[in-house]
Amino acid sequence: MANLFSSKPKVLSRTRGLWAEAAFQKTLSISALAILVLLTAIFLSLLIHSSPSLKAFGLTFFFSQTWDPVSSRFGALVFFVGTLLTSFLALLICLPFSLAISIFIGEYFREGILSSILKQVTELLAGIPSVIYGFWGLFVLVPIVRDLEIKLGILPHGVGILAASLILSVMVIPYAASISREVIALVPSDIKEAGYSLGATRQEVVTKIILPYAGSGIMAGTLLALGRALGETMAVTMVIGNSNILPHSIFSPGNTMASVIANEFTEATGRLYLSSLIEIGLLLFLVALTINFIGRYIIKKVSIRA
Amino acid sequence: MGKHLVAIFLSFILMPWSALAVAKQVELVGAGATFPYPLYSKMFYSYWKTTGIKVNYQPIGSGGGIRQLTNLTVDFGGSDAFMSDEALAKAQAKILHIPICLGAVVLTYNLPGNPEIKCTPNVVADIFLGKIRRWNDKRIEEINPGIKFPKIDIMVIHRSDGSGTTFVFTDYLAKVSKEWDGKVGSGKAVNWPVGLGAKGNTGVTGLIKHLPGTVGYTELGYALLNRMPAALLMNKHGRFITPSTASVTRAAAVPLPNDTRLTITNADAPDGYPLGGFTWVLVYREQAYKKRSMEKATELVKLLWWMTHEAQRYTEPLHYGQLPEQAREKAEKIIKSIIYDGEPILQ
Amino acid sequence: MNREKTRMRVIKDWVFVAVVVTLSFLAIVPLVLILSYIVKNGLSSLTWEFLVELPRPVGEKGGGVANAIVGSFLLVIIASLPAIPLGVSAGIYLSEREGGRLSFLTRLAVEVLHGTPSIVIGIIAYLWLVIRMGRFSALSGGIALGIMMLPVIVRTTEETLKLIPDSLKEASLALGVPYHRTILKVILPAGLGGIMTGVLISVARIAGETAPLLFTAFGNPFMTWNIIKPVNALPLVIYNYATSPYPEWHAIAWGASCVLVGLVLALNLTARIIARRWEVKF
Repeated sequence: MANLFSSKPKVLSRTRGLWAEAAFQKTLSISALAILVLLTAIFLSLLIHSSPSLKAFGLTFFFSQTWDPVSSRFGALVFFVGTLLTSFLALLICLPFSLAISIFIGEYFREGILSSILKQVTELLAGIPSVIYGFWGLFVLVPIVRDLEIKLGILPHGVGILAASLILSVMVIPYAASISREVIALVPSDIKEAGYSLGATRQEVVTKIILPYAGSGIMAGTLLALGRALGETMAVTMVIGNSNILPHSIFSPGNTMASVIANEFTEATGRLYLSSLIEIGLLLFLVALTINFIGRYIIKKVSIRA
Repeated sequence: MGKHLVAIFLSFILMPWSALAVAKQVELVGAGATFPYPLYSKMFYSYWKTTGIKVNYQPIGSGGGIRQLTNLTVDFGGSDAFMSDEALAKAQAKILHIPICLGAVVLTYNLPGNPEIKCTPNVVADIFLGKIRRWNDKRIEEINPGIKFPKIDIMVIHRSDGSGTTFVFTDYLAKVSKEWDGKVGSGKAVNWPVGLGAKGNTGVTGLIKHLPGTVGYTELGYALLNRMPAALLMNKHGRFITPSTASVTRAAAVPLPNDTRLTITNADAPDGYPLGGFTWVLVYREQAYKKRSMEKATELVKLLWWMTHEAQRYTEPLHYGQLPEQAREKAEKIIKSIIYDGEPILQ
Repeated sequence: MNREKTRMRVIKDWVFVAVVVTLSFLAIVPLVLILSYIVKNGLSSLTWEFLVELPRPVGEKGGGVANAIVGSFLLVIIASLPAIPLGVSAGIYLSEREGGRLSFLTRLAVEVLHGTPSIVIGIIAYLWLVIRMGRFSALSGGIALGIMMLPVIVRTTEETLKLIPDSLKEASLALGVPYHRTILKVILPAGLGGIMTGVLISVARIAGETAPLLFTAFGNPFMTWNIIKPVNALPLVIYNYATSPYPEWHAIAWGASCVLVGLVLALNLTARIIARRWEVKF
């Protein structure tokens, strides 16, 4: 391997070279194929192992809110609602912040210390493990939410949908911001300059030219952030309260699709119980897949246009 | 440079393997009940210090213990809920229950000042059914004269995982409340009418400690080690009994069946605490399954013997009840019935 | 009237800037809070014993997380062994063949894999390895983490190699160097910085992963180097100890968080330094 240019002038080496060439090409295509196979296998495994519950409950699985291991009746509505509620609430909270960051870095301060600090810090924020967010959330955020609930005169759980959404929003800000930033930076300068030449203020250029132009890209970024929020497990599990009752307000405790798997997977006794959990995993996989596809598709279209 | 990288990389790969060659010792893996976890962690730590045998016990809940044993992913399961006849018949081989100790399940709570409160079976059932919603409910105040209850809502905390503690607790509620029996029933995991879920006895205790106004059920030791209150519970004879290792041992003074599978909730003993139970280690009777070595089987049996004998001295300091004499005798017989390839391991 | 309107517009402009700047910096407040909280609570438990000792039984003071540190290390190695070669070679394939059906599908698969929730990967590792092997093991945990590393490595490899100008490859081929040697000895070394960045980032990503380990690596209170035995890992320790009621365990969890955050940040930082120093420039 080491001395590559000192190939010995032998007749053999030529055929060997050809063989190596072919082997190399094959290795490359096989690795590419392997990833494809891996993904297909993941999907099929999930499908096969969730078939008992698919057969037993069919569509009622989506609409039933009974999750009853004693009588082996399972419906996942509570977890769908929990997942959707936490994810969308998290996005709602995160949007102003991520948008501000992306305007800050993408438009106002493209270079300089301030923007580089902000950039580095948001990237660091993305690097902190989820379990640490959960730990911090449990010890710092939950008491704050509890105090808030006491002030509002609501049953002070502390843990619940709201706490989970707050933690999630902090976690997804970097994702939403980094994609929006790229899209905002892609807005061609001639149309911005056209705006300025008409006497528009910077605020007007941002809100009336840049944001509409980058709108679909920002949406895509938000969508990808949503994909991340949907599948987030540990931080949510630690602060959501793990209650299998349909949440009736954002202060209620709940459970998400990911957190119910984390909580019950090792102890699920019975085939149907386990298979129901795997079906939730399958749905999580499919939802994440769809969201990723749509998000990537929009981004691709945006970057082609720019 | 490339060569160096390769060398570093190789040494990384080889290091664990060389270590593997040295440490070729029997290691036992168990999983299950969180109820006896403080005791087991103490026992297995001491066992490792004295014998060098590592026993890895993961508290994932009794349901998990049974499931992992039937999946053959662990050497033994831990459970405070015994397997039903039906479940035993379904298992691919005969499973034995070996009682290790007694434990009390207590109601613990987080109230200002944490007064010592008394509970009757009906009050407990109605709290967990969501019918009593406030701490200053008349029915709670009636049985606790002299205690000023705050005007706050009761927040129920239960287990989110399949749990033997839940089994003991719901078994008790089903015995004392017809409504509970009809609506919820008993099991390792049930469809809770109210409340928040937390994982493991640690999770429940942690959450109760964390949130004022909460009430939940947990193993006695978890409450006491954390300096949390434990409610007095009225037994069949109308007496309020303080949960303790002594009072739960008194409740266990009932004739045991030979396979030791028995719940002792709502027992008849006049001074017995009505909410407690045995915790078991579950193993296969025939140890020669899945190419397990004789050595491993022998170590497992030795460990079980040690747990039911010498290791009993660790029970009291951690607030578990020692095995009563009759339970230990039965445990001995069960341990002796464990076989390897048809031959008894211990004579 | 008109002047009044202009003034309003200018004021609006100023307000807008103020809002953007304030929101931007508010967004990083949580990071500052989290880091300072971890450092404040964690540093006091970070002693030498903490790093080299095994955990003690419940409720006893002292003890450390040596087993978890070793376990995390073991898991990362098991994950890297298949993921790095497979990821890099798939990345080469994608950068070499822009079009083509296989490239298209593989690229799609990489995207999907990247977006797959970690808990789902955990289920897969449980179904494929834990049940089949009949035991929880470092191997199953490592493979789960390896699957999570894969998409990051493929993407960074592809993106890095695409930046290398064709002229370099053409020059090598013109000299009569076979194609595979051109890739291995010319293109790959030129993009090594980028690929290493990708590897480090992916390691940082998996080092803090907890969800897939819950039902694969499982945890172990003892030290083990054996890859077919259950192992502990830093994130598992944090999860199990953080939700417990014991103050001694909380202290250990804070300490472990400190170690983990330090590790992850160091990996990210190194990745960034490598990326800057060995940037592909031609």
